[in-house]
Amino acid sequence: MITALFVMIAIALFLGAVLGYSAIKFKVQGNPLVDKIDAVLPQTQCGQCGYPGCKPYATAIAAGEAEINKCPPGGEEGIHKLAELLGREFVPFGEGAAPKAKSVAFIDENTCIGCTLCIQACPVDAIVGAAKQMHTVIARECTGCELCLAPCPVDCIIMLPIQENITNWKWRYPVFNIQAAA
Amino acid sequence: MRSIFTFKGGVHPPTHKSESTQSAIMQAATPSKLVIPLHQHAGIRSKPIVQIGERVLKGQIIGRPEGRLSAAVHASSSGIVSAIDLQLVAHHSGLPDLCITLIPDGKDEWIGHSGVDYKQTPHTELRHLLRLAGVVGLGGAVFPSDIKAYSNKHKIKTMVLNGAECEPYITCDDMLMRERADDILRGAELLRELLYADEIIIGIEDNKPEAIAAMRQSLGNGKHQHMEVISVPTVYPSGGAKQLIRILTGIEVAAGVRSTEKGVQCFNVATAYSAWRAIAHGEPLLSRIVTITGNVEQAQNFDVLLGTPVDELIAQAGLKPDTERYIMGGPMMGVDLPSASVGVTKATNCIIAASPVLFPPPPLELPCIRCTRCADVCPAELQPQDLFWFAKANNFGKAQDFHLFDCIECGACAYVCPSHIPLVQYYRYAKSEISAREQESQAAELARERHEYRQFRIEREKLEKAEKLAQKEKASQATKVATPTVPTTPDDEDASIQRRIEAALARAKEQAAANKPKNTEELTPQQKAEIAEIDARRAKAHELVSSGEKAE
Repeated sequence: MITALFVMIAIALFLGAVLGYSAIKFKVQGNPLVDKIDAVLPQTQCGQCGYPGCKPYATAIAAGEAEINKCPPGGEEGIHKLAELLGREFVPFGEGAAPKAKSVAFIDENTCIGCTLCIQACPVDAIVGAAKQMHTVIARECTGCELCLAPCPVDCIIMLPIQENITNWKWRYPVFNIQAAA
Repeated sequence: MRSIFTFKGGVHPPTHKSESTQSAIMQAATPSKLVIPLHQHAGIRSKPIVQIGERVLKGQIIGRPEGRLSAAVHASSSGIVSAIDLQLVAHHSGLPDLCITLIPDGKDEWIGHSGVDYKQTPHTELRHLLRLAGVVGLGGAVFPSDIKAYSNKHKIKTMVLNGAECEPYITCDDMLMRERADDILRGAELLRELLYADEIIIGIEDNKPEAIAAMRQSLGNGKHQHMEVISVPTVYPSGGAKQLIRILTGIEVAAGVRSTEKGVQCFNVATAYSAWRAIAHGEPLLSRIVTITGNVEQAQNFDVLLGTPVDELIAQAGLKPDTERYIMGGPMMGVDLPSASVGVTKATNCIIAASPVLFPPPPLELPCIRCTRCADVCPAELQPQDLFWFAKANNFGKAQDFHLFDCIECGACAYVCPSHIPLVQYYRYAKSEISAREQESQAAELARERHEYRQFRIEREKLEKAEKLAQKEKASQATKVATPTVPTTPDDEDASIQRRIEAALARAKEQAAANKPKNTEELTPQQKAEIAEIDARRAKAHELVSSGEKAE
């Protein structure tokens, strides 16, 4: 009887030590849910959700502070993905938060005065230029967040929707006209 | 005698090949204009290097290859460049792409060119010559040949030369083998040399006995060792690279594996021919054999300059009036041309004039009854009925799990479907959606990286600034300690401030005296009068202000 008790205590102590050690050794840094949510978000860093970037929004969603329908660039598909990930209900976009066509910023180089304000605003460093030098947007890196539009003092930045061309063309979903039976 | 293998599935559509093999290859007339697309190959579009109005010679490079995976584009005849702009091209999208329009001057004047002896030339140079000659796979995939003719990781044992030409209507390779077998075999030797391959197997479907005979006869002259012409059974799609490799060698090239990893490389017969012309004669890829068939008076093969508008070409075969559209390629995998004015490209093996009689409109799509006939004929051994299901439901993850990307889009499934479902369209839709999503997520990943780095940089700059400030503070404190200041009374301090203000005022006066306004000399009397007037006004205003202050 007493032997069994000691054996059980010894096992309990040993397992406790193992668990305690692994809790310290294998501690997960940060919140893995935030990273999962962040992976779904489109990384435009546009701040349309009211948070200063995609990661802060992901953190807010994970903490249950934010709705999942605040990200227009992610589209409805993004909401569906978030809903699936979090086990929540699908929520449609609110008023005035509908997704726009994908576009990139374009600087009218004749009007640009080289003030560098847009460079400081760009969240992904997609604008090159220097003080009193012409600025230009690296179209490939631009996420279309529109954050550069507001700071421009001469309104020389416009958003150009991405046109369909032969390289980004996609096959359409097969649709056939329904014909009346003869 | 070598034993041959079979692949699973396949179909036997009516071949319609005899119509266009009745007469020899005819040289097509030089057209009134040449519309030469700059993106005729797999990979990156070539860059135009000619100007509008410039006269170019036949064989001159007008599009320089850009990047590793690219090929040069040449002027197919001598003439004047009349436009470099977006024109409709033979593409499923029906969208325009960058083309160079050339008005031939009829002289057909060649640029200086000469061949090299491939046995005396280093392989890297040969590959470079192939790239500059614009030689790409002429079987339809138009993959740059210089890249395919290189394998350093895997020993190539067998080189397969593809003369199967399994798709209905197309006979360009058949006629090429009948008439130009010697050069094809020489080209095969050249490619074998580049690949260090041991043997060459030439696979030709048994519905082309004349081509097999011509190739065997050419082989029989004893110049070629370890080379064999094999007659393979006629079944669509035996001309698919993986399918032909399976038939000839028994090797199954698994999903996501390249045939070179299994020691096999595959070239089309026309590619071997044009590689030989490019290396031995210095002739870049300027023309190709195109089958003109379908709703025409005399179906025939033409040797066509690249860029020849389809309508001018087809007129030479006698177009019948009830033609409603044109198909580039075969009826199974071909592209519906968006316009009859598009130029012939390196990928154009066949143009079919389609009439409602020859190609009746497809019957109505009916629901899938899961009869799995498509699975029986699928040469890639997929489950087309499931892929269709997932593609239709936009369930792309599941479609990928069922190996959607192993589909070669041969159309055998749609051919046998009793419900007339355009299955390949669904697969293409799903494939392009998946690719677009992958690109989007890559772009998002890049944006995340850049954003995180930017934040890191801002943080670092902040820290550096704070550090600098702290150091400055420290330094100033150190100097303060080093020079003990004389304790001053408040009066002294006031006096010193007064002194400093006076000194500053004196300095400002001095500067004002030194920097006199430069536009005050040589003024006209009128200007002087104006200035005097303004000064007077200013004095008056001052007076008014000071009197007002006094009144208060």
